[in-house]
Amino acid sequence: MLLEAKNISFRYDKKSPLVLENQSFSVKSGEVVGLFAPSGYGKSTLAMVMAGYLRPESGQVLLDGAPLPEKGICPVQLIYQHPEKAINPRWKLRRVLEESGKLRQDVLASFGIEQEWLDRYPRELSGGELQRFCVARALMSGADFLICDEISTMLDVITQAQIWNKILAEAKERNMGIVAVTHNLNLAKRICTRVYDLAKGEEVEI
Amino acid sequence: MKAHNENLLEIHDLSVSFRMYDSALEQKELQVISDLHLTVRPGEIVAVAGSSGSGKSLLASAILGILPSNATVKGHLHYKDGELTAETQAKLRGSEIALVPQSVAFLDPLMKVGKQADGHKKPYPTEKRRGIFKRFGLPEKTETLYPFQLSGGMARRVLVSTALITEAQLIIADEPTPGMSLEQAKEALSMFREMANEGKSIILITHDIDLAFDFADRIAVFYAGTTVEIAPAEDFRKGPEALRHPYSKALWRALPQNEFKPIDGFQPYAGSLPTGCLFAPRCPHATDECRSKTPPVREIRGGEVRCFHAT
Repeated sequence: MLLEAKNISFRYDKKSPLVLENQSFSVKSGEVVGLFAPSGYGKSTLAMVMAGYLRPESGQVLLDGAPLPEKGICPVQLIYQHPEKAINPRWKLRRVLEESGKLRQDVLASFGIEQEWLDRYPRELSGGELQRFCVARALMSGADFLICDEISTMLDVITQAQIWNKILAEAKERNMGIVAVTHNLNLAKRICTRVYDLAKGEEVEI
Repeated sequence: MKAHNENLLEIHDLSVSFRMYDSALEQKELQVISDLHLTVRPGEIVAVAGSSGSGKSLLASAILGILPSNATVKGHLHYKDGELTAETQAKLRGSEIALVPQSVAFLDPLMKVGKQADGHKKPYPTEKRRGIFKRFGLPEKTETLYPFQLSGGMARRVLVSTALITEAQLIIADEPTPGMSLEQAKEALSMFREMANEGKSIILITHDIDLAFDFADRIAVFYAGTTVEIAPAEDFRKGPEALRHPYSKALWRALPQNEFKPIDGFQPYAGSLPTGCLFAPRCPHATDECRSKTPPVREIRGGEVRCFHAT
């Protein structure tokens, strides 16, 4: 499968300047593409456009040549930088997870999600614990592409290695494509098959 | 900095627990920090590393006296010559002790960021603040923007600026660098370094431990609400052989530039802490002694470690 962002331009409102200007970028199944750029350059905006959260002013997001479906679970799932903003604060975590389908015990176990946490509210868990729920939710949805926006910056390095090793294993098994937004060069070297620099508009060596 | 022997801040046997409702009207105490110790000398950057949810941010709140009302704090907190009490904390925070909060949501959403970084004390340090914004590579117009108009990394740089402007003796920076590029993060840490070289002290709570290796003087490693090791940053630069606690070694190994290999298992949840050493369930060297008794703090090779088997 191929996920393409084609000539994307985006601005947050009509009067403000363009955040993204004619950006194109693509990722194939089986790839892990790093997305680099200085802060404030529109990485998170592009991530949201590609996952269908934001509608571009011009340009298209295509999955195998067709626009993203507007109904049902989106085959492109975004995992957000701030887990506390990606979870309904008034839902217990069981409901948060079940929104994306049947619970998979293997995923819960590999993220150390304890059964008793499922009956808690998001505010009772730490940021690192919540992020594991967000990753588990995205994996259990059966998505073909994951867009990971700085998903491990707020985690300790052991949890970071746990989460990424699990994502990479699952991606390999199901031939998923992954976009990893990160500032961490060492992490990119570990996980990415190639790296695209949004500021330069081209692939870069790392 | 080495000339000073006296500690600016001294914490020992600190415990923090929360009173929570269990079921119906049953209340229970949830102990989230236990037997924690930390010292900070003048002119020193002490980095605090450790797992997510190990009590790093709670420590910051405990020092500042801003824990919620259902929290109980026990133990010793000394600042300069005196005990830190609720009264002294109220007097010191914001003037002598400054916080860089963890979440960018701490910015006032209804106030332009230039004005809020200047603070409420007159005369406003506008020129100084502009200098700091400039060093951080924030465009000039940033000061006229509201927080929602900033990217994550920009908001973070504004937050750090607010602490750099103050005249505080002690800055507690709670994860100041996520979302910043490597250059910006290094710039932020070198500004902290400059402040430390002028005699101020910094507690740097961070997951970017590889950066802390280069900028901090000492590194304290927390696990499940307690201090497991305090070591010179130099030891972390050397690698696992120079470190003392198995958890510190595991942190080093999990870095992507090292082995990127996590150890098995997860940090125990505050409600279900094991007896004995809190790390024992995940430790390859654990013995019956570890599983039954809490290891005391020992001094080994110029560092402190809470482990029976460290050498």
